[in-house]
Amino acid sequence: MGMEGIGARVARKEDKRFITGKGRYTDDMVVPGMKHAHFVRSPHAHAKIKSIDTSAAEKMPGVIGILNGNQLAEDAVGNLICGWMIHSKDGSPMNMGVWRPLAQETVRYVGDAVAIVVADTKAQARDAAEAVVVDYETLPVVTTAVEALKDGAPQLHPVAKNNLIYDWEIGDAAATDAAIASAAHVTEMKIINNRLVPNPMEPRAALGVYDAGDDHYTVWTTSQNPHVARLVMSAFYNVAPENKLRVIAPDVGGGFGSKIYIYPEEIVCLWASKRTGVPVKWNSDRTEAFLTDAHGRDHVSTIKMAFDANNKITGFKVDTIANLGAYMSLFSSSVPTYLYATLLSGQYDIPAIHANVRTVYTNTVPVDAYRGAGRPEATYLLERVMETAARELGVTPAELRQNNFIREFPHQTPVIMCYDAGDYDASLNAAMKASDYAGFPARKAEAKSRGKLRGIGMSCYIEACGIAPSAAVGSLGAGVGLWESAEVRVNAVGTIEVLTGSHSHGQGHETTFAQLVAERFGVGIDTVSIVHGDTDKVQMGMGTYGSRSGAVGMSAVVKALDKVELKAKKLAAHLMEADESDIVIENGELKVAGTDKSVPWFQMALAAYTAHNMPEGMEPGLKEGAFYDPSNFTFPAGCYICEVEVDPETGKTEVIQFVAADDFGKIINPMIVEGQVHGGLAQGIGQALLEGAHYDPETGQLLTASYMDYTMPRADDLPSFQVSTTETACPSNPLGIKGCGEAGAIGSPPALINAITDAIGNNDLTMPATPQRVWAALRSAQ
Amino acid sequence: MYATNYHRASSVEDAVKLASANDEAKYLSGGQTLLPTMKQRLAAPSDLVDLRHVSDLKGISVSGGSIRIGAATTHAEVANSAEIASACPALAHLAAHIGDPHVRHMGTIGGSIANNDPAADYPAGLMALNATIVTNKRSIGADDFFTGMFDTALEDGELIVAVEITAPLKSGYAKFPNPASRYAMTGVFVAKHGDGSVRVAVTGAGSGGVFRQSDMEQALASNFSAGALDGITVDDSDLMSDIHASSAYRANLVKVMAKRAVTAAG
Repeated sequence: MGMEGIGARVARKEDKRFITGKGRYTDDMVVPGMKHAHFVRSPHAHAKIKSIDTSAAEKMPGVIGILNGNQLAEDAVGNLICGWMIHSKDGSPMNMGVWRPLAQETVRYVGDAVAIVVADTKAQARDAAEAVVVDYETLPVVTTAVEALKDGAPQLHPVAKNNLIYDWEIGDAAATDAAIASAAHVTEMKIINNRLVPNPMEPRAALGVYDAGDDHYTVWTTSQNPHVARLVMSAFYNVAPENKLRVIAPDVGGGFGSKIYIYPEEIVCLWASKRTGVPVKWNSDRTEAFLTDAHGRDHVSTIKMAFDANNKITGFKVDTIANLGAYMSLFSSSVPTYLYATLLSGQYDIPAIHANVRTVYTNTVPVDAYRGAGRPEATYLLERVMETAARELGVTPAELRQNNFIREFPHQTPVIMCYDAGDYDASLNAAMKASDYAGFPARKAEAKSRGKLRGIGMSCYIEACGIAPSAAVGSLGAGVGLWESAEVRVNAVGTIEVLTGSHSHGQGHETTFAQLVAERFGVGIDTVSIVHGDTDKVQMGMGTYGSRSGAVGMSAVVKALDKVELKAKKLAAHLMEADESDIVIENGELKVAGTDKSVPWFQMALAAYTAHNMPEGMEPGLKEGAFYDPSNFTFPAGCYICEVEVDPETGKTEVIQFVAADDFGKIINPMIVEGQVHGGLAQGIGQALLEGAHYDPETGQLLTASYMDYTMPRADDLPSFQVSTTETACPSNPLGIKGCGEAGAIGSPPALINAITDAIGNNDLTMPATPQRVWAALRSAQ
Repeated sequence: MYATNYHRASSVEDAVKLASANDEAKYLSGGQTLLPTMKQRLAAPSDLVDLRHVSDLKGISVSGGSIRIGAATTHAEVANSAEIASACPALAHLAAHIGDPHVRHMGTIGGSIANNDPAADYPAGLMALNATIVTNKRSIGADDFFTGMFDTALEDGELIVAVEITAPLKSGYAKFPNPASRYAMTGVFVAKHGDGSVRVAVTGAGSGGVFRQSDMEQALASNFSAGALDGITVDDSDLMSDIHASSAYRANLVKVMAKRAVTAAG
């Protein structure tokens, strides 16, 4: 590795503009004639729209146009869709209810968009939106998946009887039931995975521009995957053909999954721009973000884990009900199925697994992938049941896990995944050592002398990243392939542009992708620019989510670099009259190995573009592209150990220590990886201790619709993390990368809850473990 | 935010005159509640009368045991006042733990008590300290001033000028913040006064706003120690219940925070 190559702790290039306020976000974009939009939203969780009267609002100052769902239908704008087909176990396809970008007949959650007002200023648009009179006939409301499934519950979509979207299963039910029936010990639990609001720092925004001269559309939008947005907007929403639609996702201030999806607002802004003849900008306020950004998690599960007399797991049975909200968001169907139940084997050799998953409509905002997406839900079940079983069986949590670890690879689980590499003992041992696990009893006794209850908890997670082999996901119902593209352009003076279909919204791609080039050609990262987020610049790509940019996006860059290297060496060999196989690239020079002959990188590049002296048959220029389709998922894994102190008088939990030992395979930039782990841990601790979306069960109003009631983790809620890595290279991609973006959020919640339940001596505790809940659990344990 | 007219008052008389000119006018002090409420369009005063530049409303003076705090004095000024720290350290402690630094450098004592948020810190402090609220018209005892949730004895247009306190012998404040908002989910201010009486005031918990816990006051008057509260069971029938804390949990917090406040008082 060089100073800036693979493995170097390079400071992030992009941070200069971010920390000096020079970032360029969608709301910073200004185009001539631009006007402002405000959406009229339903104040009811479930209601019929009897009429919409815009007559008074249209006369308000500055109003340019007010459009509703009927006009949207006139222009044949299509329904929002879910792009992953799941079939129920009886073979029937999932029941996808109609989701109109602007509701026409029925609203199904508080915040459902009903109309758009376009006006000269943002304030005028909002004033006029308040003057739009919508006559609603309210309908009964249901907000929880368990209630929605019951007979007699309010019905959301005619296509979904009892609000059931699908009833899906995976694994071998008979073998699992048999294992449970013949088990020496069975641990049973009911586990709730709390609903979360994603809360990226930048709220969603869109600027739609229709150019009547060219019949061309441009939309700036807060997207993690602008090409997928263009594809979906063209193919399904009928807004514009792909060649007439440019989607730009400029700097994006965090996504955590919530900006993967195509929402009503960007479609409607673009359509409204054509209808009104002016560019239309919308910027979500924080309340709208709470109400309309896709939420995460919201599972209720009952589980049984069977053990034989040697404490070996013999079977694992899971029954899950997942709340998908009022409509099926873009990838919502895949989260509680293939991103969830396929990870139920964890780090353990489990011969029989069966999971049944029912997904359900409710009068709440749609639920889709949120950092970890299905894998946190699987890990939470497994790692709570493992800790619980260890307590029941009278062995240490580490012993029970080690007794069941997978140690031979590749390992085929009973739930599709084939793990390619890992060393689970290594991460467990590293975490045990870093946390001084052996010294815990002394620390517990010391805490007791101060009146505090100290507890320790462990979690050994595995996840599947680097999504995903296209043919494999296609066979499972995905509507898209999950490869990635890259193009490497060497300019005439040797500077380099890397175009990628990955999208950076905080991940630091402008630095890490440049490090790949620095490693390969020995050039400085300041001579390398990363281009992304614009469908007019990058031809096609699948975007960033599922910790895929390293394992998939960088692998595409590697393939393109291979081609550039090959051509550069050929050209250099020609220039130096040497054999191509003798050329090596070091420190920005192409050298003939074993001689003092060399050509500087920039001179080779210039020669490629002057084309005065090219090898026979070689085309001028130096630009290569590649598509990379992964051959397998990648499997990051690790061990987290958390130590807490509970104040028994108030139930308040303090996280004293959090140790993470992760195996992410090969690491490009350790500093950025540590930052990803820190952020993931903060979100996981947030889920376990602080965050939870609450809807009023009677009215369907979101009670936690601001930071007054929704608890985001803050610096003083968190300890200084102790993070470290172990490494088994991933054999499935050229760099050996596994991915690190979600691990912290996946592995941490069970470690924290295991620590609290250890401290208070009561295992009946639901996330978030608020002071009130912990206090109540302590009292019921006494 | 809806459009509004801004006025900068130059004196107490000027402020009252400006406010009385319009039925929908509101006084603006630190704006830490009013402005966010206006931004959410939940309040729409036609006129704002800014009090922050009225010199008569500002400043802290301590003379012997008498403390006078101008209504437009910020929380940070109270928190950082050496005179307050000496005369009534628990009040400085209370001010130092309101909101965050931004809030403390903008928010004022007059604004806080005029709003009488049921989870605000100052109402507990002023009630336990038996403060006198001085307005442009009269003086009102804290017990009479705080009349209910978001409700005070202030009449239309009446303006708080200052808060006057006689330094107690001992006092302490302990609060358990709401995890999300960091307002008091329960806060208890305890003060032992020169006449031997003890006042215990609770914020964040009562369904009618700040209140006094008389059984604790009696117990502490005869024995000012945390242990004196051991036998007391807090009745939760008039306590708030919400998604963060049930009334039973708040009742527990009232007792725990009261004991910690007594311990802090020394």
